[in-house]
Amino acid sequence: MTDTTAAQDVIYRTDALIAEDIDAYLEQHQHKTMLRFITCGSVDDGKSTLIGRLLYDSKMIFEDQLAALESDSKKVGTQGQEIDFALLVDGLAAEREQGITIDVAYRFFNTEKRKFIVADCPGHEQYTRNMVTGASTADLAVILIDARKGVLVQTRRHSYLCHLIGIRNIVLAVNKMDLVDYDQATFDAIVKDYATFARSIGIESFTAMPISGFRGDNITTRSANTPWYSGPTLVEHLETVEVLSTADADKPFRMPVQWVNRPNLDFRGFSGLIATGSVKPGDEVRILPSGKTSKVARIVTLDGDLEQAVAGQSVTLCLAAEVDCSRGDVIALADNPPQAADQFEATLVWLNDEAMLPGRAYWLKLATQTVSVTVQQPKYVVNVNDAGGAGAHLAAKTLELNAIGVAEIATDKPLVFEPYAEGRTLGGFVLIDKMSNATVAAGMLNFALRRAQNVHWQALDISREAHAALKRQKPRVLWFTGLSGSGKSTIANLVEKRLHAVGKHTFLLDGDNVRHGLNKDLGFTEADRIENIRRVGEVARLMTDAGLIVLTAFISPFRAEREMVRGLMAPGEFVEIFVDTPLEVAEARDVKGLYRKARSGQLKNFTGIDSPYEAPENPDFRIDTTKETPEAAAERIVNELLGWAPTI
Amino acid sequence: MTADRRTLTHLDRLESEAIHIMREVVAEATNPVMLYSVGKDSAVMLHLARKAFYPSPPPFPLLHVDTTWKFQAMYEMRARMAEESGMELLIHQNPEAAERGINPFDHGPLHTDMWKTEGLKQALDKYGFDAAFGGARRDEEKSRAKERIFSFRTASHGWDPKNQRPELWNLYNARKNKGESIRVFPISNWTELDIWQYIHLNNVPIVPLYFAEERPTYEWEGQLFMADDIERLEKVLGYRPEITMKSVRFRTLGCFPLTGAVESTATTLPEVIQETLLTTTSERQGRVIDRDAGGAGMEVKKQQGYF
Repeated sequence: MTDTTAAQDVIYRTDALIAEDIDAYLEQHQHKTMLRFITCGSVDDGKSTLIGRLLYDSKMIFEDQLAALESDSKKVGTQGQEIDFALLVDGLAAEREQGITIDVAYRFFNTEKRKFIVADCPGHEQYTRNMVTGASTADLAVILIDARKGVLVQTRRHSYLCHLIGIRNIVLAVNKMDLVDYDQATFDAIVKDYATFARSIGIESFTAMPISGFRGDNITTRSANTPWYSGPTLVEHLETVEVLSTADADKPFRMPVQWVNRPNLDFRGFSGLIATGSVKPGDEVRILPSGKTSKVARIVTLDGDLEQAVAGQSVTLCLAAEVDCSRGDVIALADNPPQAADQFEATLVWLNDEAMLPGRAYWLKLATQTVSVTVQQPKYVVNVNDAGGAGAHLAAKTLELNAIGVAEIATDKPLVFEPYAEGRTLGGFVLIDKMSNATVAAGMLNFALRRAQNVHWQALDISREAHAALKRQKPRVLWFTGLSGSGKSTIANLVEKRLHAVGKHTFLLDGDNVRHGLNKDLGFTEADRIENIRRVGEVARLMTDAGLIVLTAFISPFRAEREMVRGLMAPGEFVEIFVDTPLEVAEARDVKGLYRKARSGQLKNFTGIDSPYEAPENPDFRIDTTKETPEAAAERIVNELLGWAPTI
Repeated sequence: MTADRRTLTHLDRLESEAIHIMREVVAEATNPVMLYSVGKDSAVMLHLARKAFYPSPPPFPLLHVDTTWKFQAMYEMRARMAEESGMELLIHQNPEAAERGINPFDHGPLHTDMWKTEGLKQALDKYGFDAAFGGARRDEEKSRAKERIFSFRTASHGWDPKNQRPELWNLYNARKNKGESIRVFPISNWTELDIWQYIHLNNVPIVPLYFAEERPTYEWEGQLFMADDIERLEKVLGYRPEITMKSVRFRTLGCFPLTGAVESTATTLPEVIQETLLTTTSERQGRVIDRDAGGAGMEVKKQQGYF
């Protein structure tokens, strides 16, 4: 057993009240507030041990768990015959085997004043995404430092992330003081070192304390080993620090609508979690982005209507007037509403093994809004690792796993937002890969770009319908996709000849031809291929606005970009034609000799060889060129198109 | 819950979080379901669901994956709650387990595997549910402490603990590929005490087995159990166990031959809570299931598709 004498008479044990007057205890517990905090820092700084200690000292560990802990400690513990508290927390088999923390573990304990949720975050850089997960819901961060090692790369990285994500209460816990003989000079030197770094990244204040998670010094009781320290113990500090979320109630009212509650024709309620401010029946509110106003009629709950509801409550609002309002809209204070915009500067933390692709369309989820978004090449990434240059801006073409960078983003629809610094709910978002559905990044909106507000759409008198009507056809984009040498250009050419022959106004955009002009600045990297397709898509859209039937012949290997182009067009205008020629066949044809070059390594990023081709899942036409001649395919396409809409 | 104050208590925040999660699932999933095990956590989940969608009934069915070995009092409560909530109640019993006569005495871990793990997978596949609410809490067990609120399962219901999606703020990514599903845990951040206190404050109906009463008990492998169906016990065991009347209650409810009873005199909720707080063993200690497969029992079960 370790030295637990300090733990035996901890100040926040409540057994006495539980045993003597359970009703009084419940009354007290009922009114407790909640503090969510994270512990972070470098590997082996003793995070799990500290949490194990907090649980142990607050009697959150039961006899059966303790018995298991004692036997586990002897078997696999890292503390010899003594109790290894980390084993209480590291719950995954792989973690216990390797003695490291991989994922965030959430733990719970109570004192007389508060209920605590602790997220124990992994120290290894490769698990940063798990650390960010833990930090995003925390009110406070305990940054641990091994007194023997001082400020390390991960200390800096985690401090930066905590600050970035908006945690304003930071505790610097200089741990393992027992291993440096509780030396004040060591403590002071580390605090000074950290203070310099903290200032450089904008952390205004932090609370430093000397502790030993393993021995229990300054955790719940003031330690006799550090007479030179006069500050609070860790638990005292956690119990009294102000919880930031209370400040949310003083901001203007905002509630993103999650769900429209409509059990029958007589009831229509808007359900959501109040992000900031408060609301009362009679309050004038504005629905965004439409800007329509109404009054709050009722705040409905199962326990009866409420007189008032505040930030943090999940409620259902009924409005006085029938206004259009659905999931994704935001109900806000009428004379102080948030803005909507479609271009922003954002800070991104990249969380996926697959690097960010500038120009690629991702899903962006912010509050209850989900929109399609493209991210530009980052303006810079932040260096958080280097001791001297922490916080320095470095140039980068993309964002790799765990990179933090600033970039401009553009959404396909206006987004109701607030800068992250003003409100987490309307400023924080995640990016989701459209194919794998993985959450690839966390982001924070810094501000809307002025050009989004100042470039207005010029209304034109001759509409696209007028252009099409004059040509007596329905504009379309016939998008031919397939491997190099699959026969796209050949078939597209035949289709255009046939359409031309029956008096249709057409234009063929050919991959090679476009690369001689409009896109001659682009190469064949993934990012350049995406930009290539984006430009062709925009040109095709302008041509459909002019009433043309556009044919395009591009390899266009990625589903996401083809979907992006589809999204640019009016519904039904985009026709995907998959020229399905097996790689062996296309390679055997090798009309331009490109496969030979790619195989010999002279040509990099060649689709089908060292760059993937993502076949369409549900193309409008699929042409198997091993079974159907180009002429037959062209005939089939034209006949069907004319059949769909005789006036095409 | 009164609202005319600025500071929310921890229970207010937990309730609000759970309601928000349930609404997100209903808004984004195509075919959600709530797993209902009739225990106290299920009782709280059901109450939260009714609050989340009031005045509409919760827009999803309840699913009970039954082992046929639950306490009688649980079956009674199940029928009552389905009626009161106005929700559809689906009951699934693994036909293969029934056919093979799988029981907790002869088959040990296989009982849980066949009735619960396999039964659950069968039911989810049968109805094509793409999101299932579960009442698991992070304070229950070490691998649960690591699980996200939206927990992804492959088409074969597997869980990959080393590769969980980042889950930031209260933004839940509910997108998935065909065949994949999500297990959603709205009360992840509640502790056992929070559950009890919530039941107390909201008068949430729970199975009477949680309160102490004179009940017929027997000892098996060193633990105290209740003879809920003595005839059936005798048939499976091959002998009639010695029955002693004792004042007992249960800290968790599962299959009656697998759920240890504790001797107790707590007949009111505050007394039950008092006992819970003063106890020296953890809640799941009465459950035989966690002790299988060594320290990582639950993690392995979850990877195989157990809730």
